[in-house]
Amino acid sequence: MQKQITEDRAETVFEDFKKPYDMKAAVAEANRCLYCEDAPCITACPTSINIPEFIRRIATENIQGSAETIFDSNIFGMSCARVCPVETLCVGDCVFNHMEQPPIQIGKLQRYATDQAFEQDWSFFEPGADTGKRVAIVGGGPASIACAHELRLLGHSPTIFESRDVLGGLNTWGVAPYKMKADRALEEVNWIMQIGGIEVKTGVTVGQDVSFDELKNDYDAVFLGFGLGLDKFLKLEDEGLDGIYGAVEFIEKIKLEQPDVSNVQTAVVLGGGNTAIDAVRQLKGLGIPSVKMVYRGTEERMSGYAHEWEAAKIEGIEGVWHMSPNRFFGENTVTGVLCDVLDQDKKPTGAQQNIEADLVLLAVGQDKQGDIVQSLPGLEIEWGVIKVDSMGRTGCDGVFAGGDCANGAKEVVNATAEGRDAARAIDQYLN
Amino acid sequence: MADLSTNCAGIKSPNPFWLASAPPANSGDQVKRAFDAGWGGAVWKTLGQPIQNVSSRFAGHGYKGNKAIGFNNIELITDRPLDVNFREITEVKKQYPDHAVIVSLMVETKEEWKDFIKRSIDTGADGLELNFGCPHGMCERGMGSAVGQEPKVNEEITSWAMEYSSIPVLVKLTPNVADIQPHGLAAQRGGADGVSLINTIKSVIGVDIDNFVMRPSVGAQSTNGGYCGSAVKPIALHMLASLARNKDFNLPISGIGGVSTWRDAVEFLLLGATSVQVCTEVMLHGYRVVEDMLTGLNNYMDKHGFKTLNDFVGKAVPSYSEWGNLDMNYETVAKIDADKCIGCYKCMVACHDGAHQCIFPSKDDSRVPVIDESECVGCNLCEIVCPVPDCITMTEVDNGFAPASWNEHVAGTGKLRPKKGAH
Ligand SMILES: Cc1cc2nc3c(=O)[nH]c(=O)nc-3n(C[C@H](O)[C@H](O)[C@H](O)COP(=O)(O)OP(=O)(O)OC[C@H]3O[C@@H](n4cnc5c(N)ncnc54)[C@H](O)[C@@H]3O)c2cc1C
Ligand SMILES: Cc1cc2nc3c(=O)[nH]c(=O)nc-3n(C[C@H](O)[C@H](O)[C@H](O)COP(=O)(O)O)c2cc1C
Ligand code: SF4
Repeated sequence: MQKQITEDRAETVFEDFKKPYDMKAAVAEANRCLYCEDAPCITACPTSINIPEFIRRIATENIQGSAETIFDSNIFGMSCARVCPVETLCVGDCVFNHMEQPPIQIGKLQRYATDQAFEQDWSFFEPGADTGKRVAIVGGGPASIACAHELRLLGHSPTIFESRDVLGGLNTWGVAPYKMKADRALEEVNWIMQIGGIEVKTGVTVGQDVSFDELKNDYDAVFLGFGLGLDKFLKLEDEGLDGIYGAVEFIEKIKLEQPDVSNVQTAVVLGGGNTAIDAVRQLKGLGIPSVKMVYRGTEERMSGYAHEWEAAKIEGIEGVWHMSPNRFFGENTVTGVLCDVLDQDKKPTGAQQNIEADLVLLAVGQDKQGDIVQSLPGLEIEWGVIKVDSMGRTGCDGVFAGGDCANGAKEVVNATAEGRDAARAIDQYLN
Repeated sequence: MADLSTNCAGIKSPNPFWLASAPPANSGDQVKRAFDAGWGGAVWKTLGQPIQNVSSRFAGHGYKGNKAIGFNNIELITDRPLDVNFREITEVKKQYPDHAVIVSLMVETKEEWKDFIKRSIDTGADGLELNFGCPHGMCERGMGSAVGQEPKVNEEITSWAMEYSSIPVLVKLTPNVADIQPHGLAAQRGGADGVSLINTIKSVIGVDIDNFVMRPSVGAQSTNGGYCGSAVKPIALHMLASLARNKDFNLPISGIGGVSTWRDAVEFLLLGATSVQVCTEVMLHGYRVVEDMLTGLNNYMDKHGFKTLNDFVGKAVPSYSEWGNLDMNYETVAKIDADKCIGCYKCMVACHDGAHQCIFPSKDDSRVPVIDESECVGCNLCEIVCPVPDCITMTEVDNGFAPASWNEHVAGTGKLRPKKGAH
């Protein structure tokens, strides 16, 4: 079964970046909602939560009904309320944006209703009538758990195989602690598991401890939700020095352990995506005096969200642009990274610059590990990503996939939607 | 700067904004502060024989976060000693000679009326208001709306007051009647100098749904109360306008009921009131609300070139016609300004579910709805639900038909255009 996580975690120093609403504030904000017809925010939500409806229910102080509307579409509604990049999803499509009025704070309203559900211990779901069908689920992240929950609603019996000893995937040990901490993510997992009948096998790495073919033979269907692999490295000189880590690997330490950064004066994160921004903000939050994000491109063209980078800058993080790491320096521990200076088109200018650092995180992507399922017949893999149709069907009969391993790395909300939809496809397949 | 001064039934004040007889005009200290804030007059909280009030007297009717778009109370007339009230009225009038101070009265017997009127006049007050309106507590004792609902009793008591009073007398009418007109005419026959309307509307404002007690809950009980505040304005305007357009009714009117802004006040004046009285808005926000009322009214008058209130008092009364006289051939359709539209589709769902099913989703991805003008009956619903100012406009259509009313149609003198949206 799942292991408990320690309370001695570095992440606990972080406060919520977006403060929660109390009842009065939630009702006031809910009352601003126009209650649009065929609302654009619903379309913008990958799980298609009926947003105007749940907000109206907050306005009428029908909070239980509101939470029900949310969870009906999105069993990870509590996490999503905190970790979704709402600025680019629902909130970004609120019609108020076209009216020069602040958009409705959908995430904060969703958080209010779902937090209440946890606090008041409301439960909304009953398992469907037992079908006797067994489904193997590979991985224990949001995609897999959403799939398992939906399968239970439909009366099937899922078994989750998770290589770690905790569930929740990157939603537990990846998302920034100022959005949500690991213990809250695990509370949610337990809340979802209340539906009962979801078997969990932790410490089992599929492909090593049990083969994909075995699962396919032993179960009526298989869902693949194993996410991405390890952080990519650049294969540069002296990359093996102490003090150089993968960013996701280090974030996991912050989330679940107590890494010692008390001696670090200057930290450098290489990359310009959301993991890079999360990493610099967390290092800064842990008290490291100088934190830099070093990126090959420009501020305008970085792939990380603009609203996240704005917050990072306000927190005192420095962006260093047009720099491509060439090699690392140091005796045993890293002391710096030598960079090639690039031009507008990311081409080397010939110049080089040394950037001092006593902690370096690489945030240049995670490996796609689709190849571990190569043995399954008919299953197509492209650049390490499993090919699926809109309902999560792979080319291999009875095998379905969703989440990062099938979409190439998106958000928790996408993984949730894809897991749920795959469960519905599995149900069709089994009937 | 326009001249805001008014003369309502012989009662003069520097502006038309009076405190209605209610808690804001309960004491000398309050009325002085109100006059300092800018109020032009005050109708003192109704005087009568001693009463006692319950605790828990008010409750609000809330909507979308506003806790009191309507307001209700179960309090009675003044509970302060009479001699204190009369002393304070005298004091206030002395200190504020140019402001209107009106004493509101509610008693039972002819003797009492005589006595109260004499003592009121002795204060130096500018006028009297006979409270024939209170719909709770007092009417069960044969006063308040019990008087206001019986034209004969109304006329008789008014005539007593006229017999004893040397100062202008307003009769405050109750809205708790099927038609206000016989009641205004009764006051006129009794000799009143003017009427004020409306008092509060008999109401049950709500129920505490977890304790199963109506509101405001007085322990485990409650009772019907008097409804007022912004929500009652349409009812007040209707009663005001019905009297103002009645050819047999010639008295000045002090308008009351839901006046919350200068705009409301202007509407009352346009429908014939020569002063307006305010209670709930002051209870909710304080005397200071008059500042905006004064500047708003002044700016409105300047904008229209009105120098005095008389330039526009009653100006909208002629627009009040019978349904049968309305032009059936006047036709409007809704038009959407695509540049302003934010794509909320509120108009579409409203038209689809609550009107004539003639607004459709955009064919492209603009989310600007499409109106089928051939089906649009011009009902205004979409314009009302649209959150964007001036985005949906009801636009007049030239359909080639000369104006014709239903009455003309029935009389055979008018030709109606074909019906729209009725299949
Ligand atoms: C640093 C970081 C920050 C992020 N922040 C956000 C954010 O703020 N908001 C947001 O919406 N999204 C965020 N994301 C993305 C989000 O976490 C993922 O999209 C989401 O967790 C994907 O869910 P999943 O179930 O597909 O995969 P995962 O969450 O990766 O879960 C996969 C699970 O499978 C297990 N597993 C892997 N291989 C095997 C195997 N062979 N056998 C058994 N088990 C296996 C893993 O241990 C893991 O538990 C972030 C990602 C990262 C890396
Ligand atoms: C708490 C309260 C007490 C009132 N007391 C009296 C009163 O003593 N005499 C009276 O004539 N009207 C009384 N009224 C009625 C008001 O004077 C006024 O007619 C009515 O509230 C409508 O105006 P409004 O909508 O501005 O409040 C009272 C109203 C309220 C809310
Ligand atoms: S305002 Fe509140 S506390 Fe004061 S008298 Fe009224 S009910 Fe009592």
